[in-house]
Amino acid sequence: MSEPFQVLTSRTVTLSQANIDTDQIIPARFLTTTTREGLGKAAFYDWRYEGDGSEKPEAILNRIDPAEHRILLAGKNFACGSSREHAPWALYDYGFRAVISTEIADIFTSNALKNGLLPIVVSQAVWDDLASQPDQPVTIDLQANEIRRGNALPVPFGVESFARQCLLDGVDTLGWLQSNLPEIEAFERSRETI
Amino acid sequence: MPKTLFDKVWDAHVVRSETAETPGVLYIDLHLVHEVTSPQAFSEIEARGLKVRRPDRTYATLDHSTPTLPAGLNGLKPYVTAQAEAQVHTLERNCAAHGVRLAGWDSDDRGVVHVMGPELGLTQPGMTVVCGDSHTATHGAFGALAFGIGTSEVGHVLATQCLLQRKARSMRVTVTGRLQPGVSGKDVALAVIAAIGFGGGTGYVIEYAGEAVRSLDMEGRMTLCNMSIEAGARAGMIAPDQTTIDWLRGRKNVPADYEAAAAEWLTLATDPGAVFDKEVVLDGAAIRPMATWGTTPDAGAPIGSPVPQPQSDSDRKAIAYMGFTAGEATTNQPVDVVFIGSCTNGRLPDLRAAAEVLRGRKVKPGLRMLVVPGSEAVRRDAEAEGLHEVFIAAGAEWRIPGCSMCIAMNGDVVAPGQLAVSTSNRNFEGRQGKDARTILASPATAAATAVAGVLTDPRVFLRETIGAQNV
Repeated sequence: MSEPFQVLTSRTVTLSQANIDTDQIIPARFLTTTTREGLGKAAFYDWRYEGDGSEKPEAILNRIDPAEHRILLAGKNFACGSSREHAPWALYDYGFRAVISTEIADIFTSNALKNGLLPIVVSQAVWDDLASQPDQPVTIDLQANEIRRGNALPVPFGVESFARQCLLDGVDTLGWLQSNLPEIEAFERSRETI
Repeated sequence: MPKTLFDKVWDAHVVRSETAETPGVLYIDLHLVHEVTSPQAFSEIEARGLKVRRPDRTYATLDHSTPTLPAGLNGLKPYVTAQAEAQVHTLERNCAAHGVRLAGWDSDDRGVVHVMGPELGLTQPGMTVVCGDSHTATHGAFGALAFGIGTSEVGHVLATQCLLQRKARSMRVTVTGRLQPGVSGKDVALAVIAAIGFGGGTGYVIEYAGEAVRSLDMEGRMTLCNMSIEAGARAGMIAPDQTTIDWLRGRKNVPADYEAAAAEWLTLATDPGAVFDKEVVLDGAAIRPMATWGTTPDAGAPIGSPVPQPQSDSDRKAIAYMGFTAGEATTNQPVDVVFIGSCTNGRLPDLRAAAEVLRGRKVKPGLRMLVVPGSEAVRRDAEAEGLHEVFIAAGAEWRIPGCSMCIAMNGDVVAPGQLAVSTSNRNFEGRQGKDARTILASPATAAATAVAGVLTDPRVFLRETIGAQNV
């Protein structure tokens, strides 16, 4: 399980294109792995590397230090497409801890929250404002549910309450789900008697 | 209070209701598993000392990483990499260790997961169905609530047969009127996605309704529900009717007292007066054979219409990637590859529609055409009808079932820069291979394109066929 997520202060990196799909985040040919480790290299692979494997020097994700850019500011409808959890695994391993967009795909949101990667949906105005000052560090405070930057007014954001608590505590959801086993068994019995 | 189809299936599976603090616990009737999104889930539950709780509700297949060419003279299957082969063996081992049924290499049932489930009667109306695959919505064609999940959730279902869920909003998409000849479920799907928009369904479960939807056969309905995710929707559903009941009757795994079950299924339909969070209505009679011009599935238009003027940088980038020009039709661009298959369009009627166009005709020289049946059952049935001979005589390759060139992770790829017309579900940049360009279309359109060498409305050929018969 990933580390707890409480307060994160970092610079952002912007990929403004709309509809960045999961095949861009991690191309399918990297999905034959049977582990979740080491996928950072595959993150946005075709955006970062040529066909012969050489680095594209102009690619923004090759120019930044991931350790200083933990927040991805992404265009609308981010991570649409497939259900591959390899997408948040790759983004996390690359170094991202949060994604901010005006719209984020459902399955990716669910997957990201289970892997210590915080997906945040903001209004277009907030997004534009964040994108306009790429060098100014942004603080994402999950305790307070707000984004802060410089002297600007804090921007509140919402995260599904249970996933938020799991992120804050750095625990996963399977344990809690298992604590429902008596109810699950009772549910099964009730259906078998119909 | 009147309920929707979605409400009825949802309510019947709530183990624990959601609250402000916690999501609901939703019971899962059928868990379909494949080799790509399951290894880490099995590892996770094993690391916790857990077993698969309901192997009887779990069913696995090999489809994504599998080669579609037969074993060579050395007896070895031509896997794209050793890692792909290892992934397949990992699923074989996991299924053996946990008592999960696997339609493996030696099984007559093996197929693309969303083709196989319904064929075997595993998918039934009123069920909850999940799989680590976003096209799981396919099974909604039977009035099941079916959706894709990530690998962590695959682990949740393996361990508990449940998922933590908050209920999605509901959207009804009504397609009115009668579909024109030559217009298929795929064309309806592309028209619906173009109307809703790529992210327009995010947060919703769609119910498809209306005369045009009712008129589709089960395979057409599966195609429509399959692509719900391409509008961002978690699931797509169609109320069971006589078409559903007739299709499932006699299949393996259906209830012993079939008629009683069928009568129950008919009660799942949305009640009159039930309210949806959103309603969309399309005129089905106005739908023409569709094809995409961009790199998102909503960038679709009737074949022959000009590429629209870009509305955004993303549009400009998409049109440039595709090598098209705004204001010009795409029907003059030479096509390099035609792919027929996938969980969207790899079923028997899809192959029949393609064969109808190809019969007595040839694939354009220099164009590569791949036909990949969605399952062993589809392959058997198609070969019994001689469809494979039509494809081979036309110059196409007839392959072994699998996901193949749809996700292009098994070695079946479109080469860099090549233009493909595919019956699959995604035209994303590089989806069918690095720098490959993809146009999505129906099987009939794909076949017509293979003959003409450029994107072609299949009604041209179908009219010729009809004309010839009349002579």
